[in-house]
Amino acid sequence: MLIQQLVNGLTLGAVYTLIALSFSLVMGILGVLNLAIAELFMLGGYFGFAVLMAQLPLPLALIAGMAGAALVAAIVERIGYQPFRAAPVVTPMLSTLGFSIILQNVATNVWGSDPLQLTDEVLSGRFNIGPVSVSAIQLTVLGVTVLLVALLAFLVQRTSIGRALRAVAENRDVARLLGVPAGRITLIAFMLSGALAGAAGVLIGVHYAAITPYIGVEIGLKAIAVMVVGGTTRIWGALIAGPLMGVVEVMTVAYGGSQIRDFVVYGFMILILLLRPQGLLGGGRSDQGQRV
Amino acid sequence: MSVYDAGLLSDIGILLLGALSVYIILATGQLSLGNAGFMGIGAYLTSWLTVVAGLPITAALIVAALVSGAIGVAVGFPALRLKGIYLAMATLGFGEMVRSFFQNFSAMGGSEGFHGMHHVSTGYIWTWAAIVLVLIMLIEASPIWLEIRAVRDDETAAGLVGLNPTEIKVGAFGCGAAVAAIAGGLFAHHHVYIEPGNFSFERSIDFVLAVILGGSTVAPGALAGAVILVVLPEYLRFLADWRFAAFGALLIGMLLVRRQGLLDRALLRFAWPRSRA
Amino acid sequence: MNSTAPARLKLDHVTKTFGGVHALTDLSLQVAPGQIVGVIGPNGAGKTTTFNVITGAYRATSGSVLLDGHDVTAEPSHRIARAGIMRTFQNIRLFSDMSVWEHLLVAQPHAGSFARRLLPTRFSNPKAIERAEEVLEFFALGDVRNRLARSLPYGLQRKVEMARAVTARPKLLLLDEPVAGMNHDEAETIRSLMLRLRQDGLSILLIEHDMAFVMNLCDHLYVLDFGVLIAQGRPEEIRLNPAVLDAYLGRAA
Repeated sequence: MLIQQLVNGLTLGAVYTLIALSFSLVMGILGVLNLAIAELFMLGGYFGFAVLMAQLPLPLALIAGMAGAALVAAIVERIGYQPFRAAPVVTPMLSTLGFSIILQNVATNVWGSDPLQLTDEVLSGRFNIGPVSVSAIQLTVLGVTVLLVALLAFLVQRTSIGRALRAVAENRDVARLLGVPAGRITLIAFMLSGALAGAAGVLIGVHYAAITPYIGVEIGLKAIAVMVVGGTTRIWGALIAGPLMGVVEVMTVAYGGSQIRDFVVYGFMILILLLRPQGLLGGGRSDQGQRV
Repeated sequence: MSVYDAGLLSDIGILLLGALSVYIILATGQLSLGNAGFMGIGAYLTSWLTVVAGLPITAALIVAALVSGAIGVAVGFPALRLKGIYLAMATLGFGEMVRSFFQNFSAMGGSEGFHGMHHVSTGYIWTWAAIVLVLIMLIEASPIWLEIRAVRDDETAAGLVGLNPTEIKVGAFGCGAAVAAIAGGLFAHHHVYIEPGNFSFERSIDFVLAVILGGSTVAPGALAGAVILVVLPEYLRFLADWRFAAFGALLIGMLLVRRQGLLDRALLRFAWPRSRA
Repeated sequence: MNSTAPARLKLDHVTKTFGGVHALTDLSLQVAPGQIVGVIGPNGAGKTTTFNVITGAYRATSGSVLLDGHDVTAEPSHRIARAGIMRTFQNIRLFSDMSVWEHLLVAQPHAGSFARRLLPTRFSNPKAIERAEEVLEFFALGDVRNRLARSLPYGLQRKVEMARAVTARPKLLLLDEPVAGMNHDEAETIRSLMLRLRQDGLSILLIEHDMAFVMNLCDHLYVLDFGVLIAQGRPEEIRLNPAVLDAYLGRAA
């Protein structure tokens, strides 16, 4: 039972990891909280569903979800972030909030407010490993997450785009002086972030075999808590915080009732913000909101 | 006045109070995304006081405001070490925690909701809204408000002329929490039924939206914002299903062309030239 | 300096380090009531750090800061300000969106109880208004009282900052380069204002690069170099001190 819950928690945690990475990519590099990510996640799910319902295979759905969300993220960056680069950091957060309101409304009008159900099972089958039963879908979610994280790690750590991203994260002005085209780099950061959120949306949709326009608020927002637990200024903190928070939430539901899970997750976030603003595993350097 | 118009007016009054609760906190330079939490505390506490404890509504609202204000101070004291986005995230978390708490609070119906309150009139709601709005506008002419402006602008310099930034920020947060609780109490007695979902993130966003659209640098901006959010959809019927998208676009547009929102001091002075302070 | 007179300000063996780097080492200095004392030294000597330690912006790593014999080392900025130490900044820090008049009102915190301060200013605080008028006249800022302070010419902004600092009747005024970037006439105005303030019993500690200005004005000088006190004395003593000449001229060579 316990191990079974652990596996369920890790599956949810994998999705959290992707969305939290999506948040922290923008937050860590630009110091901006892109609230539209919660809805990019939801949109990604719908894009993926559209492909699956056209009887096309799952990998194609993933690509559609990622590309679609990345495209919308690009629009958010051009209209909701670029004009506010010099403004106080709360201003671009508010403009991305505007986008999140728009996107949720669009989704409700296009796909309806009732859950959209997947009629055919995308992947069937379960594997029994000892007492633990893992579905093919759970395995897919975990596998795809690992693959995407590896890809992102390669991109950020090994490529010239990654170097430029990290340079902008260190110091935007210096990066510009060194010839890094900061404007294009922020666009890339937003699109990468959007692609991750979109992938997470497809995965959660396939996992639940259903999607609603409100999933962004229900799950996407909670990924902010995951990012905070991992440390807002370090991108990779999410890799530990994601699975951790997924397990914590599933355990809370299993042993405390589903109603208190948000209480626990957000409570955990506030504790971290107050006591360890550098994140659970961050170094000793206290970075108490000094980006602001 | 038709029942329908009265309902709209009541909605405006309640939203005005919620927006003012954000405005007071924003005046010190802090953005709260969790005022729906304080609204929920006010709604549940007031309802319990009138329905179970049998208090008259006015007394219940005052008690709720005081309790919520105290909670605001208690929460604000540690939380206001955080700034900007970090405070926004912490308050967002707080709001969601309060909602989640009431979902489990079976003594007040849990996720089933709570009812039994007596309906209050539009006039009663507006009496409260007007009192709070006028009070805030009076305070804006006081030395305290200058101190608040100094803290928003440059906390360090404010400290070095002898102002205590922590005290001022926590005080404003407490006042905001109290006003949000009044909004909640009136909401509960206007709709005579409440459920935890009434006090979610979206509600906090409504308040912020009203302030940013209406004008975030003057108190009447909250009034303008509340009117826009409630009345505009009435005139934009053709937009019925798209009104939220319209608000989102309006928010982005406002931030792009007029960041201080519709009303600001210059515009007010232009409209009432003699009332220059 | 008369050692029996109680010092208005006394720094007692103050050391301030940032992550192992010594910004100030074992600095002791005194300002007597009604004295104008200068702190000079090359860039990076620790002058502004000294101000930051005195006003509580930084906390001394060791040593103590005494105002009229009371230890204020560990007090937060606003308490130190209320105890009677006010300052100006090298790079002027005025409140944006506030008129000159508002600057003079806001710099008198806790004039009146909390409840009274909630009333409109004209009812709650007649004394503060009176005081602000007085300061406005003293600094000859009456003509610009309703102008936004940030929109004024540079020299006037410096004056407003100084006016803001003296409005609450501090015991000690810290001026960080009060005449930097000013022409001779403007600097002369500031000098005469400082002398008049001293007549009213205010003690002044200032940082300044303009040597002629400092030599003509100060009763006593402290010379810092790399956070260490290398000389102190009356201006005419300092002028001839070889260590000072070395610190200034040796570096320039």
